[in-house]
Formats: sequence, C-alpha cells, structure tokens
Amino acid sequence: MGETQIANYTINFGPQHPAAHGVLRLVMELDGEVVARADPHIGLLHRGTEKLIEHKTYAQAIPYFDRLDYVSMMCQEHAFVLAAEKLLGLQVPLRGQYIRVLFSEITRILNHLLNVTTQGMDVGAITPTLWGFEEREKLMEFYERVSGARMHANYFRVGGVHQDMPDGLAEDIMAFTATFPRALDDIEALLTENRIFKQRNVDIGIISAKDAIDWGFTGVMLRGSGVAWDLRKSQPYEVYDRMSFDIPVGKHGDCYDRYVCRIEEMRQSVGIIQQCLREMPAGPVIADDHKIVPPRRSEMKATMESLIHHFKLFTEGHRVPAGEVYAAVEAPKGEFGVFLVSDGENRPYRCKIRAPGFAHLQALEFMTRGHMLADAVAIIGTLDIVFGEIDR
Amino acid sequence: MDNDAALRELSDAVTAGVPGVVTASKIAVGQLTLSCEAADLTRVLTFLRDNATAPFQQFVDLAAVDWPSRVRRFDVVYNLLSLTRNLRARVKVETDESTPVPSVIDVYRAAGWYEREAWDLYGVLFSGHPDLRRILTDYGFEGHPLRKDFPLTGYVEVRYDAEQKRVVYEPVSLTQEFRTFDFLSPWEGAQYILPGDEKARAADAAKQNPAAAPAAPPKAN
Repeated sequence: MGETQIANYTINFGPQHPAAHGVLRLVMELDGEVVARADPHIGLLHRGTEKLIEHKTYAQAIPYFDRLDYVSMMCQEHAFVLAAEKLLGLQVPLRGQYIRVLFSEITRILNHLLNVTTQGMDVGAITPTLWGFEEREKLMEFYERVSGARMHANYFRVGGVHQDMPDGLAEDIMAFTATFPRALDDIEALLTENRIFKQRNVDIGIISAKDAIDWGFTGVMLRGSGVAWDLRKSQPYEVYDRMSFDIPVGKHGDCYDRYVCRIEEMRQSVGIIQQCLREMPAGPVIADDHKIVPPRRSEMKATMESLIHHFKLFTEGHRVPAGEVYAAVEAPKGEFGVFLVSDGENRPYRCKIRAPGFAHLQALEFMTRGHMLADAVAIIGTLDIVFGEIDR
Repeated sequence: MDNDAALRELSDAVTAGVPGVVTASKIAVGQLTLSCEAADLTRVLTFLRDNATAPFQQFVDLAAVDWPSRVRRFDVVYNLLSLTRNLRARVKVETDESTPVPSVIDVYRAAGWYEREAWDLYGVLFSGHPDLRRILTDYGFEGHPLRKDFPLTGYVEVRYDAEQKRVVYEPVSLTQEFRTFDFLSPWEGAQYILPGDEKARAADAAKQNPAAAPAAPPKAN
C-alpha cells in the first residue's frame, strides 16, 4: 500500500450547538480528531450595548448590564454604578454596601451553579444540571423578592440599591445557606470523584500561570492556574475588606482544577452571605443626595421639592462630572470592568465594557490546539463563556 | 504607601525610563493616565511591562473613544494591571481615521481581539496586526457603528423573507420618528435656537441695517 496524503478537515462547530454555550461559531481545522486550528467567530449576539448606553441616562443604562452576562446580573450593574459613583464622589450607606455584597455573592453562586453543572452536561452528566437548576430557582426567587424580577433585576442604583430588602427575606436567605451546602455535596457526589468526569477534565486545557496572565485571564481561569488574584481581596470594594473568606487556588491549571475552585468558591460565598446577614446594620440603603438619587415615592407625593426632583431625575437624569474612570468588580467569571468617560452631561459619553469572557475566548485557540475535538467541548465548558457579555 | 503616591512614583519612573515620550501624565480619581504619541506606544508599553518598579504583567482592556470635533478624533486607551504591585495604569494615544496605531500584540498578545474590536467598531487602524478582521459586527457589515456620526438605528435591518426563503437586508424604516430628547437646560449654555429667538435676532438685524430686512426665514424646531 502506497503513501496517501490526508488533508486536514475543516468543520463548523456551532453557532447552533448545545455544547457551544450560546452562539459560538467555531471554524475548526481538524487533523484526524486533533484540533489543528480553532477560529472563534463571535458577534452573533452583538446588540450594540455600548452604543445604546451612550444614548441613555445613567439610570436607564443599568438594565443593559443585566443583559450582558445574563447569569451574573447584579455583579455587572455593580461595576457600572461603582464607576459612576467614583466620578460623582458619592458614598454609599453601609447597609446599601452590605446588600450589594450579599447579592453579589448570591449572583456568584447563581453563576457557578450554572457553569459547573453545564460543564458536567458537556461531558455527559445530566443530573447535576437538574439539581443545580433547582437551587438556582431558589436564588432567583430571592432576586425576585428584592427587585421584582427573577433575572434582570435592575436593582443597583448610583448611590446604593433601589430599595431595602422586604421583611423576612434575610431569614429566608439564612435558611437557604443552611441547606445549600448539602445540595452542593449532592452535586459533588455525582461529579468530583466521578471517573468519567475526571477522565474528561483532568489534564485537559492546561494553562500555565504565565500564559494565563499573558492572555489577560481573570477570575477562576487565573486562579485555577495557581495565581492568587481576586479583586475582592486585592482591591476590595464595598465591605469586602470586612468579610473573612478564602480564595481557592488551583495547582495544575486544568479543567478539573477550575471546577474544584468554582465549587469551593460557592462554599466561600455561602460564608460571606451568612456574615453579611449577621453584620448588616440598619439604616438607609441609598445615598441621601436628591440631586442624584430620586426621592421615595411617598415623599414625592407629599412635598413639592421632591416632586421637582423626581421629575428632573426621571426625565433629564443626573449629571456626572467630566472625567474618565475605570471600575472593576470580581464578577463570577472574572474581572468585569467599566471604563466610563463622561463629558459632564446626563448621558455617558463612552462606556467601554470589559468582559472577562472576551479575553478567555480569545485564548481558546491557544488552549485547544493539539487537543482532541471532544476536549474542545470540555474547554469551552470550563471557560465559562456567556455570549451576552462577549458580544455585548 | 498610598495609591496616589505609588502612581506618582510610577509616572516618574516612566518619564525617566523612556525620556521625552510621555506628553501628559494625570492622576484623577486615584487612577493614572499617561499620554504619548502613537509612534512611541510600543516603547512605553514595553517599558511598563518590563520595568522593575511596577511591572504591568497584564493587559486588561483597550477602549477607543471618538471625539469627532478634534482633528485626531480617536483616543485609544490601553488599560494595564500590575499584579505584583496591585496598580492600574492607562496609556492613551490619539489618532485619526487614516493614521494607524502600531499594534501591541508583540508586547501583550492579549491585545489581538481588542484591536480587532476597536477596528471593527471605530475604524481605528492598527499596523502590524496579523489578522485585522471585523469581530463583532455582521459578516459583510459596512461602517464603524460606535463612531459618534453613525446613527443609533444603523442603516440596514434584516428580516426573513418567506418568499425568497432567506434573510434579506433592507434599509432601516422606522414606523415612528426616531426620538432623541435634548435635556440640556437653556440656562446652561445650550447651543441651539429656541423657538422665537430668531425673531429677536431679525429685529436686531433690522435695527442695524434696515435695508437687509426681512431676515432669514425662521428655523422650524
């Protein structure tokens, strides 16, 4: 038998593929079953969020942040309001800060539950997804009770949060934190020591600490490679400096380490939630500056001045002093940043959104090259990509 | 050492390390912005990455900002992070539609997609970029949508045509006029003419030069 020339094979992975986590179109060149080249085509969910925000007042811009990464909603609102507050020099009341941290951590669990369980689904385990979604439903109920919406909360405001938590919510969240670790144990029982899950994830998609930093990785993608870097610790915002929690760090930088980090982060988040609920002081939840923060509805009905403020703030909105600022939060997926340029008017002049998934997906080719096609699915799962934020 | 002092030290280190290159250095709201010419960008970023005072290991973000009234209308802002010193810095260069900015892929390889994005959305050119394709907009898209002179509604819209059995592109047709509100207070230096102002102006003109009346027709607002 003579020598035969085998040409590489190009396939189109997505944009309608359940393992593509949304609308990822991946043009892959395969050498047999080994990935030789992977070119992600993104932008299929591009909605022009940044352009839209330039045409909206600051209050109207906040709902767009829920719709970026639609599984970690409040963390993204957080980055935007932090940026605006930095330019305004506005101080958030302590209770408002605690509520923000509380819901940031609820959001983190919400996100990690989705990622960890769908990562299991990508490699063939269906049950954890179902169990995880049950817990997510409970968390989204907390979202609903505090903001009126299960997912797109629009709860954070420049200066604080929209309203105080309703009666009984704190107790219910506390009750949830008592039962949730057991649910997490159940999920772990199905995945952590599972032979198939380990075969599909251990030593897959290894990225060294140096490469992870070079490619702009943040969040679990960076910590999984052994770099202890978390904005909640290194550049604490709100009351994170009062919280006691640990940052789990991986050793090998493979998909399995990142999975374990996410599980541990959820357990740490439960601790932060409990600490928030224990320490949360009474008091206002939003700054008392009616040139920026609209008055309560009851005040608006009662006093003329509040009525004027209400009218002005819901038509013209508030102005933000000219300047530029970058504010970042440790979103569940990594560093979510907002670079805000203001020209002193009531609308942002420019609002650049730094999505962690954008940097992670960029390195997909680097991470998958030389892996088998099936491993590419595991790597996409571990990258924790959501196209709302990547395509903006 | 507090943050501002560390940033001032860093700013001095850059000014000394690459002399005569940094055109402006500003610390505002606790954040450092260094400006330089596009030609010197690679030198400044390489210095920031490799210096001993505060090595900026990580490329965080690249943002373009459009200022259409300027001759060099685009600001390209590089956002960097030093993990070891826990500092952030921004480097800003100016450019226009036709002058390319040197690509910094050789300094920070994470810049690749960010430069593609700035090219796609603003039309900022990057020289030396190996793969400067569009990234976020549609295949075959024309124009740079985040420029200030690009309308919010865009120029084309798509729909599925049941007869042709394919997606068709058509010029945007709005069922209701595009509504944009100008909330600038007339007491705070509004640039437009309020209804009725033109009469006063015409009266002034008639007073000074009776032959030239009547003045220009009133502008509908």
